[in-house]
Amino acid sequence: MVEIAPSKTHKDKAKAAAAKRAAFGEDIDLGTYVSSADEQPYQPDPSKLPAKAKKRMLEAGVILDDPSQRTGTFIQMDNAPVHSSARQEGVEVMAVSQALEKYDWLPDYWWKAVAVDTDKYTASVELNQYNGYFIRTLPGYKTIYPVQACLYLAKARLAQNVHNIIIAEENSELHIITGCTTASDEEAGLHLGVSEFYIKKGAKVTFTMIHNWNPEVAVRPRSAAIIEEDGLFLSNYVLMKPVRSLQMYPTARCVGENAIVRFNSILVAAPGSSLDVGSRAILSAKGAKTEIISRAITTGGSIVARGYVEGSAPDVKGHLECRGLILTGDGIIHAIPELKGTLAGIDLSHEAAVGKIAEEEVEYLMARGLTRGEATATIVRGFLRVDIAGLPPLLGAELQRAIETSEKDLM
Amino acid sequence: MVGDVALSIEQLTVEVEGREILHDINLVMKPGETHVLFGPNGSGKTTLLMTIMGFPKYRVTKGKIVFKGQDMTMLPLDERARLGIGMSFQRPPVVRGVKMRDMVAACLRGQEDEERIKQLADRAHLADFLDREINYGFSGGEIKRSELMQLLAQRPALTLIDEPESGVDLVNISLIGELLNSLLEKDCPIPERKCMGLIITHTGHILDYVNARTGYVMCDGVIGCEGDSREILATIREKGYQECIRCFLRMRSSSG
Repeated sequence: MVEIAPSKTHKDKAKAAAAKRAAFGEDIDLGTYVSSADEQPYQPDPSKLPAKAKKRMLEAGVILDDPSQRTGTFIQMDNAPVHSSARQEGVEVMAVSQALEKYDWLPDYWWKAVAVDTDKYTASVELNQYNGYFIRTLPGYKTIYPVQACLYLAKARLAQNVHNIIIAEENSELHIITGCTTASDEEAGLHLGVSEFYIKKGAKVTFTMIHNWNPEVAVRPRSAAIIEEDGLFLSNYVLMKPVRSLQMYPTARCVGENAIVRFNSILVAAPGSSLDVGSRAILSAKGAKTEIISRAITTGGSIVARGYVEGSAPDVKGHLECRGLILTGDGIIHAIPELKGTLAGIDLSHEAAVGKIAEEEVEYLMARGLTRGEATATIVRGFLRVDIAGLPPLLGAELQRAIETSEKDLM
Repeated sequence: MVGDVALSIEQLTVEVEGREILHDINLVMKPGETHVLFGPNGSGKTTLLMTIMGFPKYRVTKGKIVFKGQDMTMLPLDERARLGIGMSFQRPPVVRGVKMRDMVAACLRGQEDEERIKQLADRAHLADFLDREINYGFSGGEIKRSELMQLLAQRPALTLIDEPESGVDLVNISLIGELLNSLLEKDCPIPERKCMGLIITHTGHILDYVNARTGYVMCDGVIGCEGDSREILATIREKGYQECIRCFLRMRSSSG
């Protein structure tokens, strides 16, 4: 395993924040998890990874048997990167430890989008760094197919720490699909994932993340993006499987003129799952825009669906849309949309709706001959369908497939 | 019931949320016939259609509905739809995320075929609407065309049509008439027609486009009169519903 020497100042800040509770979500006792896992051999051909692992990864959108529709691949099992490769010129995919050795400028991007002392989870990632991925597109290069990354949690009670850096250089285009999953359906574990995105002038990044955890896993992603002039960041998040506790509130800062960020989240809380998920956009440059859309369904778990848009520059525009569907009597959805404007002439809006399936809609479909069950399934499928502008068709289809695969579990 | 009667409603009494809305309704339809229900607003026309379709909110307290020889008074909504009853809604709900294409496919039940869906959409001038969420932001005319397109896919033996002309401009109404005529097999010779229609109309405009044999005037939850649909319409156009109500009150006082 490659140990990354933490920088002194980051380390000091992290130590000071080691016990700092997060602003939201259940406080996880980090002491109940182990931090070391077995070494995993590097596998140059990812199709040779164990069949069971490949199957789990495939369910999270990571295809290892046929690389033809992937620009690159990164696989980390527990805390060890086991594979990284790029198949297209101008695209770099490697373990972040390797990137730190290769590029002496990388520290300029280290904890610049996410503050190391945000909370005990970011502090823990700094103090117990065990890799992560580095994905970069060089200026002007555009990926045709997505780069895929998988963070795979195999060892019971392991705390998986990752620190990812994603850089899209000027006028480049980068599509990423990340699947996070576990080897087991029942073993406890903790995933702490820091992701820092840098979208340079005129660049475009689409980031599609599919989480397939298990009912015993706690998850604390800490992500942030900095988007420069005319840059676009499109972030899609899908969580349809049970998880014990998940809290995240990624932040995108539009710092360049006409920068755009769009967040789409699809969340399902099974009984016993506790989700606290939001998206935050800070529009601090002229003409910056955001759209935040979330769809939340509970079949018995609890969901806090947050959203925050802040506008502080001329001609910025932001819209938040949060819709929640309670399918059973004991689920909870708490939508908290927030808007903050500090300038005249900005345009921020939100809409939020939480409820059960409208009987009138079910009956309308039944009048066309659908049974009650078919009508309900059709409405739920429609509810989860988010048409994402700007996502390449291949990724859109894969995202839809990931959603549809899990839909049947809802009924 | 007599051999070729396809729909027979006998002494039907219906309440909604504890209040009796329809009283002792009788109505008989034979295969291939189209009937029209006239009546002032609030007279119970929509309640009758919703009851025939089987919406649970409309509770039958007396009488029965027999369709193709089967008493379906207690059958659930979806089973009635599968038996061959369809409805064009006056104000259908928006179902977010469910596309028009999905609705038409659902109506085709098992014979989903992209080409067929496209043909139907072309006929209803809705080719650009297939990927739109059903009824979301639709104009009055678009709603009617969309409803009729779904019914053309569903092909019910009995179609219940609630106010096909309301909120529709002149260009749309002739297209709606065309779709209705196709749905009701008006292009078939009379003896070969099987499809039946029961149309609610307040203004009667739709009769300029669709022929209907029998007309009824509903007042205050009862069928006040039954007769030739054009004759009834002429009276309504000449004298208004006020005259129908006066006539109805006269009949009621003489019979009671």
